[in-house]
Amino acid sequence: MSEHHDLDLSAIRARLDGTSGPEYWRSLDELANSEAFQAYLHREFPEQASEFTDPVGRRQFLRLMGASLALAGVSACTKQPAEAIVPYVRAPEEMVPGKPLFFATALTLGGYATGVLVESHEGRPTKIEGNPEHPASLGATDIFMQAAILALYDPDRSQTLSHLGDIRTWSAFVGAFRAVVEPKRASEGAGIRVLTETVTSPTLARQIREMLADFPAAKWHQFDAVNRDNVRAGSTAAFGSHVETRYQLDKARVIVSLDADVLGAMPGSVRYIHDFAAGRRVRGATGDMSRLYVAESAPTNTGGKADHRIAIKPSALEAVAGALARAVGVPGAPQAPAPEAARTVLDAAARDLLANKGACLVVAGDEQPAAVHALAHAINAALGNVGTTVVYTDPVEAEPVDQVQSLRDLVADMNGGTVDLLLILGGNPVYTAPADLKFGDALRKIAFTAHLGLYEDETAALCQWHVPEAHPLEAWGDARAWDGTATIMQPLIAPLYGGRSAHELLAAFSSAPGRSAYDLVRDTWKKTASEARVTDFEGYWRKSVHDGVVAGTAFAPKAVTLGTISAAAGSAPKTASGLECVLRADPTVHDGRFANLGWLQELPKPFTKLTWDNTVQFGPATAARLGIKNEDVVEVRVRGRRLQGPAWIVPGQADDTVTVHLGYGRTRAGRVGNGVGFDAYAVRTSDGLWWMDGAAVRNSGVSTPLASTQLHHDMDGRAIIRTGTLDQYVKNPGFVKAMEPDPPKTLTMYPPHEYKGYAWGMAVDINACVGCNACVVACQSENNIPVVGREQVAKGREMHWIRVDTYYKGPAEHPEAYHQPVMCQHCENAPCEVVCPVAATVHSDEGLNDMVYNRCVGTRYCSNNCPYKVRRFNFLLYQDWDTPTLKMGRNPDVSVRSRGVMEKCTYCVQRITRAKIDSEKEDRQVRDGDIVTACQQSCPAEAIVFGNINDPESRVARLRAEALNYSLLGELNTRPRTTYLAALKNVNPELGHATGAGDDTHE
Amino acid sequence: MADTTTMPPPGAPREQQAVYLAPGHSFATVTDKISSIVLTQKFSMGWLLGLGVSATLASLLFVSVGYLFVKGIGIWGNNIPVGWAFDITNFVWWIGIGHAGTLISAILLLLRQQWRTSINRFAEAMTLFAVACAGMFPLIHVGRPWLAYWLLPIPNTMGMWPQFRSPLIWDVFAVSTYATVSLLFWYVGLIPDLATLRDRTTSKIGRVIYAIFALGWRGSAMHWHRYETAYLLLAGLATPLVVSVHTVVSFDFAVSVLPGWHTTVFPPYFVAGAIYSGFAMVLTLAIPIRAVYGLQDFITMKHLNVMAKVMLATGLIVAYGYSMEVFIAWYSGNQYERFMILNRMTGPYWWSYWGLILTNVLIPQMLWFKRFRTSVVVLWCLSIVINVGMWLERFVIIVTSLHRDFLPSSWGMYSPSIWDWTTYIGTIGLFLTLLFLFIRFLPVISIFEMRTMVPAAKVEGRGE
Repeated sequence: MSEHHDLDLSAIRARLDGTSGPEYWRSLDELANSEAFQAYLHREFPEQASEFTDPVGRRQFLRLMGASLALAGVSACTKQPAEAIVPYVRAPEEMVPGKPLFFATALTLGGYATGVLVESHEGRPTKIEGNPEHPASLGATDIFMQAAILALYDPDRSQTLSHLGDIRTWSAFVGAFRAVVEPKRASEGAGIRVLTETVTSPTLARQIREMLADFPAAKWHQFDAVNRDNVRAGSTAAFGSHVETRYQLDKARVIVSLDADVLGAMPGSVRYIHDFAAGRRVRGATGDMSRLYVAESAPTNTGGKADHRIAIKPSALEAVAGALARAVGVPGAPQAPAPEAARTVLDAAARDLLANKGACLVVAGDEQPAAVHALAHAINAALGNVGTTVVYTDPVEAEPVDQVQSLRDLVADMNGGTVDLLLILGGNPVYTAPADLKFGDALRKIAFTAHLGLYEDETAALCQWHVPEAHPLEAWGDARAWDGTATIMQPLIAPLYGGRSAHELLAAFSSAPGRSAYDLVRDTWKKTASEARVTDFEGYWRKSVHDGVVAGTAFAPKAVTLGTISAAAGSAPKTASGLECVLRADPTVHDGRFANLGWLQELPKPFTKLTWDNTVQFGPATAARLGIKNEDVVEVRVRGRRLQGPAWIVPGQADDTVTVHLGYGRTRAGRVGNGVGFDAYAVRTSDGLWWMDGAAVRNSGVSTPLASTQLHHDMDGRAIIRTGTLDQYVKNPGFVKAMEPDPPKTLTMYPPHEYKGYAWGMAVDINACVGCNACVVACQSENNIPVVGREQVAKGREMHWIRVDTYYKGPAEHPEAYHQPVMCQHCENAPCEVVCPVAATVHSDEGLNDMVYNRCVGTRYCSNNCPYKVRRFNFLLYQDWDTPTLKMGRNPDVSVRSRGVMEKCTYCVQRITRAKIDSEKEDRQVRDGDIVTACQQSCPAEAIVFGNINDPESRVARLRAEALNYSLLGELNTRPRTTYLAALKNVNPELGHATGAGDDTHE
Repeated sequence: MADTTTMPPPGAPREQQAVYLAPGHSFATVTDKISSIVLTQKFSMGWLLGLGVSATLASLLFVSVGYLFVKGIGIWGNNIPVGWAFDITNFVWWIGIGHAGTLISAILLLLRQQWRTSINRFAEAMTLFAVACAGMFPLIHVGRPWLAYWLLPIPNTMGMWPQFRSPLIWDVFAVSTYATVSLLFWYVGLIPDLATLRDRTTSKIGRVIYAIFALGWRGSAMHWHRYETAYLLLAGLATPLVVSVHTVVSFDFAVSVLPGWHTTVFPPYFVAGAIYSGFAMVLTLAIPIRAVYGLQDFITMKHLNVMAKVMLATGLIVAYGYSMEVFIAWYSGNQYERFMILNRMTGPYWWSYWGLILTNVLIPQMLWFKRFRTSVVVLWCLSIVINVGMWLERFVIIVTSLHRDFLPSSWGMYSPSIWDWTTYIGTIGLFLTLLFLFIRFLPVISIFEMRTMVPAAKVEGRGE
């Protein structure tokens, strides 16, 4: 290579590459003197180079050269593309720069939709909020919905359509696809297979059915790793056909959960949390509150709220259900006795149920076998709950099938060589399919495979074609909620990476392959509208899209007849002995689909508060028996398969069980999720989706560090979460305040603050909080809170502004759990304010404890002096300042903090300010409810209430006047503006204490 | 006036005075002996080696701080809840060490303690270097060190003053005042000796430099008069600082709400602790210097004995402080205080608390015995033990109080990173580097003051 001619910037950079420090500058000097460089300069700056000999122009030239040298050395010096900034010629309707707009749509999990409102800033979606009009949301969200924003902007999303790894165009794909499909019209589509996840979308179902009409020999398979096969089988066993079961938790005075995480991630859970909290809200003097009994193997959010909880092996649950059925008088109930440990509580629960006929409820968990579901249906029928607390409707799914069987059939066909074309629409079956099916091996045998997915995941890697999927916020679509309510999903933004929706892909089968998703969805609803005799379709469409709910689509209750239960329940249940392995969807990354979302990876999991890992969970007694400590790497062997992962001891985990969570050990999740945790699918087989007996555990002798955000769950006798029983409250409502009286208000050196206008405050109802974590992710999204990674979390440097503390009371085997969301308490006597040397944290005249990032020098004294430890410090540069898509997802109303700065909850001051500006424009006071903080907004339990405590009529002021209200660490005279309402347990007087069965005395 | 401060009290027996200066010295021998270290001795291998090692460690400090500025505080082990750890531990430790100088120079001067004469010079130098090391930590421990100047009350376009209620601001005033007064005091005390060196040096460059810093000192009666006045005034000024600096430093903790910090006994116990550690450090340095440079005549066993007694006294005050913390934790009935003490004793950092009790309270009880007070080796080892103990004391106060405070949900652990250690060791390197340079280029013992100790001073008068 002739350096003389070929030297250019990249060559210079290449030459300097690998050098640093003095060596770097030396090579730079040498280079600057070389002939080649001089020539290069001459080319790069022809005018200036000629000035070199001109004494007048020399100085200017040197200045230029200095600049260009510096640039060549410091950073890439590629020429910036010319970017024309064009102002709106015609501004979009209603758009005022700086003012966000909200659009209704829906997000799905396991096919079931929940309505959302998406905040959009100048065309960029930035925040998900619940849609108050949508029955599954009522304005609240769960963690997965909140994280959809991050998924939208995830830089690791698949960005190009590819064929065997090479980039292809959409038209090339459609061409290739149709070249395979068209010849099959002759054979009626034999060998064509479509694999979807659970489908509730009317449009997608219509398209698939139309395709199947065109190709009668083609087949549609469905598979979700977290599926509801048992629910379907259970209702079929009980009623002869599959019906959807819906619960009315607010109407139930006694609820029995048979390992059902109704307050977790079941379809409708967001609504269920709302209803459950409504049924347990204790205000004023009336002590009216529902009672919850839970029998479960692994601790769940629902178990945490139980008044009486039975920790029991999964194999014994059928016996529990049977015993309960017999006790409440279900005809034909199994005669096997209840497990010894559960008997006392079961008997009491049965009496409680019988005493509340028609106002009680038994719920079976999605993971429970069909027999348990059938028994639950029978019990509810026997107790007269059908139509009051239990409602049956038509199935919400477009085509309910036994999904494991469906996948099994597909794999058999694939191995049998009868499949030529497989279209995988969403999902990641290579990773999630039961291990015994060996889906990946079968997939390699297919002649034409195409995968539509958000990520180039494990399945994409084994498919010939991969089509990037449009995110739900990028595409038109529709879906149904758990009660059948349909939502037309509208895109908020054009696909960032040219993604396609399943509708567009399926259109390739049809005679109009270019038809857009918008037209396809409209076609569906035109048909529905005409069937419903709607004359003004445009109006109907606009209203439905605008509201996020298609009016009148909720399914009406359906009358059902119960079959004979003995047939359904099968033979007498048998309780297995030995260690049992329980498999569950992960509480934060679910089945693994959210593995690349940092918000969810770093979200402390309920109870364990672990981040960035899944674990093998043991109960304290089992761990002690097996000699296992936290962080020991253990090997679990079950049915000839094995997995290895770190152990974690969880109070409340049933004896002789281990729980492992799915969704980890991904290899192609993306930069965030790859190699995090272990893959529990390795032991998951099609006949043991949710639990397996005959497990064996071996301690490998090594240990691995885990990152938990809360290592101490004992309150150490302090009145942190004040708890009591409903009886106690009814007898003496003042017991909460008496636990630790607040000091007199005069006890301060400094003159008191005066709050003449607004005085913002917050009340958090611990009794309502179920620990679902939605507030944490909502806050992270709203306030641009960075993800710091496992190492930083392990060092104690997580950045969440709100955390959910979990404390246990009672014996470790059968603890009561309490959750307490803790954010900045906005103390009136704030210990942080007086110690800041630069006045970077100051008191506002409305009582906010304001953090002035620009002024903060980072002494961390404020955090040391904060009794609540809610302040978070940017120990390093945690924010990603470089990834363009992540910038788009940030809230423009909130500063992005740099390193060296302290930050903390602001009570969403940007929302306060927006409401104040609006009110000032209208020359009025801010109304109660105008300001909804991000945490409050997302909370399904309505446990968080924010408002003006100077207004005695405001909801927050009324809550502060409740007897249950107390200040956390109020004895320190911090006078926090955030107060808590104590937690109550509605203990069955027969049982006496809240921890219930399984206590040593019962064994 | 001058006489009264440097002369033995009237009627004091000669013999008593003589033990602070070995017999047989005249004005000339004193001057020769002390100034020879600077003027005529060759650069010994030992000195070069010592300086080399110290300077290497000091450069480790610059690397550590450079990396810190590039990356941020996260390179250390600090976290939430332990916002302060090695950084402030080192700050308080160094500032404590920096107390002996002023105490010896000012208070003992005012109290007419003759024995201070031979140790005050390098005690003051040690103070300065320790304060330099200490002063660095508040600057580098902040998240955005380039804005640390916002802690100073400088008029600015933002119209912002510091927040005067914060003890950190009081710290800024206390430490900067202390550093300024200590520097002035040390420098003023050096002037006559600088003139001596100027007159005696054979090196031209040395003469110019010493001449500049000697400020034209000729030793006239007027000079001496003004000198003594200035020195006494400075001593008066410095005296309250001995008490104030560490009192203010203790406010950093005492003013907070944190159990283990919010303690009224802190000011006196911090001051005593500072003197304790200061004297320990003086001994740590004086014993080797005296041996290497043959200064046993000037820094006699009597000196060591007296310093040991001061350490014993201040050590007992400190021990009283520890016992009061335990007593009040019980007596107050405050559950957080009680937990804090139990956690210190039995929690994960139990070793630091019991290490502190062992090194700061138990082992120093050996000082009750004259046998140990007069054994150079034992004293030196004891001084090291106390240095370690005083460092542990600050570590215990800062880390064990922070790591488990009010809400168990936020309890955490702190473990130092490699950069915590390099920064700490680096400051020791810087301290030693400055000290090695000082020993070689300035008189470690005040020549003119030692001359007043010579018996002939009584007869011949004093001065050059």
